[in-house]
Amino acid sequence: MNDVDWVQLTIVIAIFFGVTVMGFMAARWRRTGELDSLDEWGLGGRGFGTFITWFLLGGDLYTAYTFIAVPAAMYATGAISGFFAVPYTIIVYPIIFIFMSRLWSVSHRNGYVTPADFVGGRYGSRGLSLAVAVTGILATMPYIALQLVGMQAVFETMGLGGDNVLAKDLPLLIAFAVLAAYTYSSGLRAPAMIAFVKDGLIYLVIGAAILYLPGQLGGWESIFDAAKTKMETQNPTTGKPTGAFIPGESGYSAYWTLALGSALALFMYPHSVTAVLSTKNRNVVRRNAAILPAYSLLLGLLALLGFMAIKANVNVKGLDGLANPQLAIPRLFDQEFPAWFAGIAFAAIAVGALVPAAIMSIAAANLFTRNIYRDFLKKDATPAQEAKVSKLASLLVKFGALVFVLGMDKTVSLNLQLLGGIWILQTFPAIVVGLFTRWFHKWALLTGWAVAMIWGTITAYNVVNPATKKHFGGSLANIPFTDTMVYIGLTAFGINLIITIALTLLLRALRVADGKDTTHPSDYLADAGDPGVKDLPELLDEGGPSPAKA
Amino acid sequence: MSKLAAVRPAYWIAGILLVLSVIVPLLVSTYAKDEPRLWGFPFFYWYQLLWVLFSAITVSISYQLVMREERRRRAASGLDAGSSKKEGNR
Repeated sequence: MNDVDWVQLTIVIAIFFGVTVMGFMAARWRRTGELDSLDEWGLGGRGFGTFITWFLLGGDLYTAYTFIAVPAAMYATGAISGFFAVPYTIIVYPIIFIFMSRLWSVSHRNGYVTPADFVGGRYGSRGLSLAVAVTGILATMPYIALQLVGMQAVFETMGLGGDNVLAKDLPLLIAFAVLAAYTYSSGLRAPAMIAFVKDGLIYLVIGAAILYLPGQLGGWESIFDAAKTKMETQNPTTGKPTGAFIPGESGYSAYWTLALGSALALFMYPHSVTAVLSTKNRNVVRRNAAILPAYSLLLGLLALLGFMAIKANVNVKGLDGLANPQLAIPRLFDQEFPAWFAGIAFAAIAVGALVPAAIMSIAAANLFTRNIYRDFLKKDATPAQEAKVSKLASLLVKFGALVFVLGMDKTVSLNLQLLGGIWILQTFPAIVVGLFTRWFHKWALLTGWAVAMIWGTITAYNVVNPATKKHFGGSLANIPFTDTMVYIGLTAFGINLIITIALTLLLRALRVADGKDTTHPSDYLADAGDPGVKDLPELLDEGGPSPAKA
Repeated sequence: MSKLAAVRPAYWIAGILLVLSVIVPLLVSTYAKDEPRLWGFPFFYWYQLLWVLFSAITVSISYQLVMREERRRRAASGLDAGSSKKEGNR
């Protein structure tokens, strides 16, 4: 260990400790049933109203992605690779407004807990349900990995770690042990409760950063000018400008496809679906769509911290001696704020990475339990067995994320999320189109999914980072046979749709048998209190009624 | 079902508002420029941040329109409309 900042470290540990205690207390908060049922543990008993949902969604949508990855991308290469996150989070709400209520209704009437449940019921296809489940779990791992990278950056800035492997990873392992412990014992409620603390801390930090830092650094005008100068400077490795201060014409397609692809992908992630399904009735999510943009404003301002780091000339050299843009924001705080406040900011970032990591791993675990364990491995599992398997699976998902952290190029951590997006986006036709029409044939969907997954993965693998020479070095590639650079996920999505439509026409013409749809048109409009809208404990024949949804 | 399937003007307006809120922020060519600056922010940056506000407004209007329409439909089809009273407040 070298030069540990003890003030910062003490504050971070104190806040971490407080949060952990709250997590354990949350296990007893608003309990509507026993925690050993999957519904209780994984969906918080499904009783969240508008206000808590706002925090919960904010908690899992605005993460280390927001604090570390986006500003780091802004710092390193400017607008195209970073600021697209603003239009992304602007357009995501109108999009979910359109389809999420239908998913809520059909799920609550049929007792679906995961997107794969819905696909299985809608298309009568276990294979398709499995494909959706596997994709969800796989895509969540790099997203959790991104949270780990964020925490790593904070710990590294405080001086923890060193150049030997053990010292570098130790703080990370401790953080994950804490996360795993409270996730394991209290399920979704712990992150919901902690989301309040996290958001409070974050508002404080953002407020301070936005009001205080520009003055320190000579005003917004000069911050933007410093960024402009940096982006126009030639990068010695590639011979091209470092980045884009404002996208040029050739960058337009990259910018909007990244935004659209990310927005379509976001609510396919199992954790976003979990958050929506834990709401009290079908319109909570719509009302949230109107108030969540407050977070987008934060995201935009946070992104600009990347430019502040340019102006402030922060040193982004890691303890291993290599430049790491992920350090831009923690180092900026370290350099510009007094130690005690930097400590609070670091705690906010660390907790802000922990909460979503917990929610994501719980959601991925739910998917595993219901759609792989119960459907394929042990059909007669009891609710208690399911909850137990789910808890174990959530640990395994976290380890999977560790593999991504250790195995992938971390210089552009935003890329981890975009890689997950390439995969998860391929479940969109089955899930979202399936909410409106049953026209797609199950085999067509499965084929489209498989081709797009393979094509997307290979194409992403072939993007080599010019500086580090590592594969999976970016998420942009030309549309095949053109020079138009776009987000790979969206191209794969296009390929997926074309194949699905063409094959559906073919299979329908050949009258190939399709699966049986077990949902009813009225299911898609049902609301809480309607006949047939059940809470899951009833469906699982769980001990006792659970009327307490107040 | 036929009564439920009829699309009301309220749905059209809400739909158009939502679609506009998705498409307009993606028209990069309309805002990829530096001037005019506002408090030092290039147009590219402040315009997109302003869209956060626009989008909150269009989604809120759509919410009101859709909720009103949905309540009416549910009343018309004899379903319990009470759930809309139970919402929120948490």
